[in-house]
Amino acid sequence: MLTLKHLSKSYVAGTPVLTDVNLDIDARGITAIIGASGTGKSTLIRCINLLVEPTAGEILFEGADLARLSGKALRRARRHIGMVFQEYNLVERLSVMENLLSGRLGYVSAWRAWRRKFPPDDIRRAYELLDVVGLTGFANQRADALSGGQRQRVGIARAVMQEPTLLLADEPTSSLDPKTSVEIMELLTEVGRSRGIPVLVNMHDVELARRFADRIIGMGDGRIVFDGPAAALDDATLTTIYGGKGWLH
Amino acid sequence: MAGAATPAAAAAQPPVAERIWRRFSPAQRLARFSVYLVIVAAIAASVQSVEVIPEFLADAPEQVVDLLTRMWPADWAHYPDTVHDALIETLHIATLGTLLSLVLAMPVGILAAHNLVPSTPVNLIAKLILVSSRSVNSLVWALLFVGIFGPGALAGTLAIAFRSIGFVGKLFGEALEEAQRGPIEALTAAGAPWMSRMTYGYWPQVSPAFWSIALFRWDINVRESAVLGLVGAGGIGMVLDSALNLFQWPRVAVVLIAIFAVVVVAEVVVTQVRRRVI
Repeated sequence: MLTLKHLSKSYVAGTPVLTDVNLDIDARGITAIIGASGTGKSTLIRCINLLVEPTAGEILFEGADLARLSGKALRRARRHIGMVFQEYNLVERLSVMENLLSGRLGYVSAWRAWRRKFPPDDIRRAYELLDVVGLTGFANQRADALSGGQRQRVGIARAVMQEPTLLLADEPTSSLDPKTSVEIMELLTEVGRSRGIPVLVNMHDVELARRFADRIIGMGDGRIVFDGPAAALDDATLTTIYGGKGWLH
Repeated sequence: MAGAATPAAAAAQPPVAERIWRRFSPAQRLARFSVYLVIVAAIAASVQSVEVIPEFLADAPEQVVDLLTRMWPADWAHYPDTVHDALIETLHIATLGTLLSLVLAMPVGILAAHNLVPSTPVNLIAKLILVSSRSVNSLVWALLFVGIFGPGALAGTLAIAFRSIGFVGKLFGEALEEAQRGPIEALTAAGAPWMSRMTYGYWPQVSPAFWSIALFRWDINVRESAVLGLVGAGGIGMVLDSALNLFQWPRVAVVLIAIFAVVVVAEVVVTQVRRRVI
C-alpha cells in the first residue's frame, strides 16, 4: 500500500528531524503514530503527500515513488491521499458544500470549479457524506459558523470526497475537547473501515491511540522506536517513546 | 534553548525586592531620545526654510473674507449648462479609472506576493512597478497622457488608472501574503491545480480586503479626478480652471460646492456598500 524507505528530513542541514524511517502501511486498518512533541510525527505524515519535501528516501505509493514526482504527476498522486488537519484548514468564508467539493478540485478543471459546475455525482456524494458525518442540512452554512467538532467533520468529509486510497490525519483531535475527540476518532475509524481505506493518524493522546488503533508506531527523536499492535504497548515501551516515568499513572 | 538559559539567568538575578523593571533598555532610551531630537530639529529647520512673509500672513483673514464675498451668492444658473455634465464626466473618469486599475493591478499584486510567486527577483520587479506607479502624482500622469492622447476624459481615466495600480496592487499583494496557509495546504493536499488554489483558497480569504481596497480607491479617485481638469484631462476640473482664469468667483463657488457634494455622496455610498459586501 504505502512503503517508506530510508526517509530522512532536515529543515536545517545537520539537524535531522527524521532519520532513516522505514515503514509499511497495510491496505487496511488504523495506524496511530505517537510520540512526544517535536519528534517528527507531523513532519513524517506531511512527507508522505509531499507537503514537506523529504531530504532523502523513497515514498512508494501505488507503484510510484512520490518523492520523485512533481507538477501534474504529483497532483494526480495527491488526489488519492486524503488529509485531515489539526486546525481543520477549511476555507472559512466558503459554505460547507463548497468545502466538501474542494476535495474534488484535483479532478475538476479550475474553470468548472470556479463556476461551481461540479459533476452531479460529486454533489450527490457530498450530500451522502454530510449524512455520514452527521451534518445533514448544513450544506449552505458557512464554515466559520461551525464549532470545532463540526469543522473537523467537514474536514473528514472533504478528505473522503477525494475517494482516497489512503487517509492521513495530522493530530485531528488536538484542538478538540475529550468527548468530541472520541467522536471524531470514532468517525474517522468508521469511515476508514467501512470504505476499506487505511488510516494513518498522528496523535499525542496515548489512551485514544490504544482505544482506536490496530497498530501503533512510537517515534522518538526522529526515529521509529516502537512498531506493534496496540496491545503490545506497555509502560516499558511508553518510557522508551516518551522518556521519564513520572508522567505514567 | 529556553531550558539552557533559565538556570543561568536565575542564578544571576538579585533578590526580588531589588529587581528593577524598566520598559526600555538604556540603548533603546537613547535611540528614542535621538528620534525625538531629530523630529524637533526637522520642524525647526522647515519653519525657517518656508520663509513666511509677515505682511501676507497678517492680511490673510481679510483676503479670505474678500474671496468669500466675491464668491457669494453662487451662480447656480451655471450648474445645468456646464457644471452638471462635467461632474458626470468626473464620476465616469473615477469609476472607469478604478475598474481599469483593478484589472491591471491584480496580476502585479499576485507577482508581488512572495507566498504565491516564491521568486524574489519577480517580487522585486513587481514591487518596482507598484512603487513607480505610486511615486508619480495623478496630475503628472495626466500631463503625460494629455501629451499622448490629447486633452479629454481618456487621458484623465488613464491617469487615474495608472496612479491607482500602485495603491491597489500593493494592498492586494499584502492581503495575499497575509492569507492563512492552512486552507491552501489542504487544497494542495487534495491535488488542486494552481488556478483552483487561487479561486478556492486565496480568493475567499482576500475578497473582503479586495472590495474594501477597490471602494476606498474609488472614493479617493472621485476626489482626484476633480482636479485632473486643471491640466486638461477632462472632468469638472476643466470648468473650475476656466472659471478661475476668468475670475468668475460665483462660478468657482458652484463648482466647489458640487465637488464637495459629490465627495460626501461618494463617502456615504462607500460606507453603505462596504457594510453590505463585507
